[in-house]
Amino acid sequence: MKWISPKRLRQLGILGMNSRNIDYIGRSNNRRLFPLVDDKLKTKKLAEKYGMSVPRLFAVINNQHDIQSLETQLSGRDQFVIKPAQGSGGKGILVISERNDEQYLKPSGTSLNIRDLKHHASNILSGLFSLGGRPDVVMIEDMIVFDPIFSHYSYEGVPDIRVIVYKGYPVMAMLRCSTHESDGKANLHQGAVGVGIDIGTGQSLFAVQNNIKIENHPDTGFSFNELSIPDWDHILELASQCYEMVGLGYFGADIVLDKNKGPMILELNARPGLAIQVANQAGLSKRLKHVDQHMLSTVHDADKRVVLSKQLFAKHITNS
Amino acid sequence: MSSTLKITLIAFFMITLGLGLTLYKNVVLGFPLLPGVSEDVWTIETKISLKPLHEGPVEVVLTLPEPDAGWVSLDDHFASSGFNFTVIEQNGHRQAQWTRETLERTTTLFYKKQVYRMQDEDLTDRVVPTITPPNLTTANADVMKKVVEALKKKSSTPMEFSTLLFESVNLQQPDQDMSFLLSSYGGLHIDVVMDVLAYANIPAQLIKGVFLEDGRRRQRIDSLVEIVAGDRWLIFDPKTGSEGLPANFFIWQHGSESILDVIGGRNSSIEFALVKNTLPLKSILFMEGYIEEQPLLDFSIYSLPVEQQGIFKGLLLIPVGALVIVLLRILVGLKTSGTFMPILIALAFIQTSLLMGLGIFLTVVGFGLWIRYYLSYLNLLLVARITAVVIVVILLMASLSVISYKLGFHQALTVTFFPTIILAWTIERMSILWEEEGPHEVLVQGGGSLLAAILTYLTMSLSLVEHLTFNFPELMISLLGVVLLLGKYTGYRLFELYRFRAFDRTE
Repeated sequence: MKWISPKRLRQLGILGMNSRNIDYIGRSNNRRLFPLVDDKLKTKKLAEKYGMSVPRLFAVINNQHDIQSLETQLSGRDQFVIKPAQGSGGKGILVISERNDEQYLKPSGTSLNIRDLKHHASNILSGLFSLGGRPDVVMIEDMIVFDPIFSHYSYEGVPDIRVIVYKGYPVMAMLRCSTHESDGKANLHQGAVGVGIDIGTGQSLFAVQNNIKIENHPDTGFSFNELSIPDWDHILELASQCYEMVGLGYFGADIVLDKNKGPMILELNARPGLAIQVANQAGLSKRLKHVDQHMLSTVHDADKRVVLSKQLFAKHITNS
Repeated sequence: MSSTLKITLIAFFMITLGLGLTLYKNVVLGFPLLPGVSEDVWTIETKISLKPLHEGPVEVVLTLPEPDAGWVSLDDHFASSGFNFTVIEQNGHRQAQWTRETLERTTTLFYKKQVYRMQDEDLTDRVVPTITPPNLTTANADVMKKVVEALKKKSSTPMEFSTLLFESVNLQQPDQDMSFLLSSYGGLHIDVVMDVLAYANIPAQLIKGVFLEDGRRRQRIDSLVEIVAGDRWLIFDPKTGSEGLPANFFIWQHGSESILDVIGGRNSSIEFALVKNTLPLKSILFMEGYIEEQPLLDFSIYSLPVEQQGIFKGLLLIPVGALVIVLLRILVGLKTSGTFMPILIALAFIQTSLLMGLGIFLTVVGFGLWIRYYLSYLNLLLVARITAVVIVVILLMASLSVISYKLGFHQALTVTFFPTIILAWTIERMSILWEEEGPHEVLVQGGGSLLAAILTYLTMSLSLVEHLTFNFPELMISLLGVVLLLGKYTGYRLFELYRFRAFDRTE
């Protein structure tokens, strides 16, 4: 396949890595605020303070010695997630979906014992998964029971919805579905499927895996064409409200749809990736510039911002 | 917007300033921009240290080298803190004399000399040395007689005699008589050789001088032996037994008199720091004449002591290497593991040569990954595990050195130039990457790092780059400007043109 010319990319309004770093992250994200999103524990506490829905946290391990108590803390819990508070790129997240006496089962069916879990927790504390190897803390929280609507579109993992929010306006969204290749993780560079979602309606637009357009989920075989996200307005509002919560001008909100509790914020990302453009077959630059030029004259609350975004970034607008 | 404008202005000012200074040095002072035809100019820094003996006057006399064998002296420079200094003529030798009424502390005196070898000439003005019969104990005299007779039996000329003598002294296991002599002389080859020659009635004397090795900091005085074999002069290196004047031997003086005499001091020592600059002769000659009166040159790297010059020669290459990394990451979008790790690897490559370096790197990292794979079963804490990898890496380096040395590959000894901790971290990161993202990502990032290291190495080892960075350090200001501009580049990266290629088919 031929490479694309920079001129064409500019025409399509595709955001490049350098421009993302300088024009958006560098300009609208205050460094002082980064720890709020880089440390998931802080994000969670902040979100709870603002009354936003998040997966319930039931244990935090701060030092190696406390790992001994891991077994007691896990007693009576069959489904949970062990993750580093400062992990990046989905590193170090261990999901346990089933328990059989001494056996802890990952969604893939791989069986682990308590020693494996302790080792994993110890690695997290040592900073193996955090940027620059800084010492970290372990978070243990409820596993998400995802909405059955997604059961055809995800393999061994929780699908989440990534919404890019610029100055409070949701500008682009995609659904990230884990695959066998991505080992239950929802990161596109690990082989997960990205499904572009129409901001206006919550309908699917395109699906890509490893930068290549696909029609059906590689493991379940279901077509993405029929997919429509329920509770879409609520999801966009939740994402938009995060702007007031953390104060970052440019971020990605990762939202999950729990079967019982509805949309919940999983985490925020101050350096969201660019693959969302491929999943949407649309450029971010165009939309970000639109926000800068037309939407900042008056201050709106989250509900109003969502209404404006839905009007402006719906499919029929972007493609015209 | 204004910050971009400000940075652009600052960057262009820096670029212009750097280029302007370079141009000034080129046009007005005649520094050549290209390496061109060049000579190896050696800077020999002699360092004399001494401790005061007791109260009273101190006198230090250093015999100065005379131009010989085609060596030409460009510049002499003496540093003498608080001493009276004169250069005197004595017995046909020029001698530097430092004197002082009292001395309280340990003191260091410096003598810096720049030389180059204009042409490979023979030695001049040789005086046949007189033979003084050696003063021997009876036991030594008997053995000496046996040794000389044995050697004479096997040789017909003084030349053959000497060749055999140097061979037998340097044998791994010298024969019984020679071993006896060596041990009674305290293992000093040179003393044995001189006495054997004198006993055999062959006129011989020492040549004292310095082996020039680039970057050496604590070189000592070495001695060669010159003998008169009939109507010919021969020179032997007593350490190796090889004949002929080594090309990198700078002659200080003929004869066995001491080079340094200290009165009123103790523990005096003489050491040499050496740096080679491969430079156009013209610029060196020019610079020597100008250095006093040109403030720009007086504040140049050349005004530093030789040791620091040698360090800066390497340091000044690092910004160029960093620029290559910046270009690869910002303009190309190459993924590397660790931002500046490739520079450290490239610096190691400079010491080891590229192929050998690559071989060593891949061997150590490959083997280390294997070991790390085992360690991951042991459930170790991270710090302990990294430490274990560090220790394994050092063991690997040691065994690699020993094995290759035994096999006769001396180049593999350069393995020590690889930064151990960096290797260990590379192994750790790679193995985590392997576990988490699979071997593909290891290949992408590992390959990216190696590619970056190779490109950085190739750039840093260009002779033009070395010439420009060392002679025109002000170019670094321009480089800084370029890096500032690159830091504001918001265009696409080369790899993004591939990554987003699918867009070309839409619409």
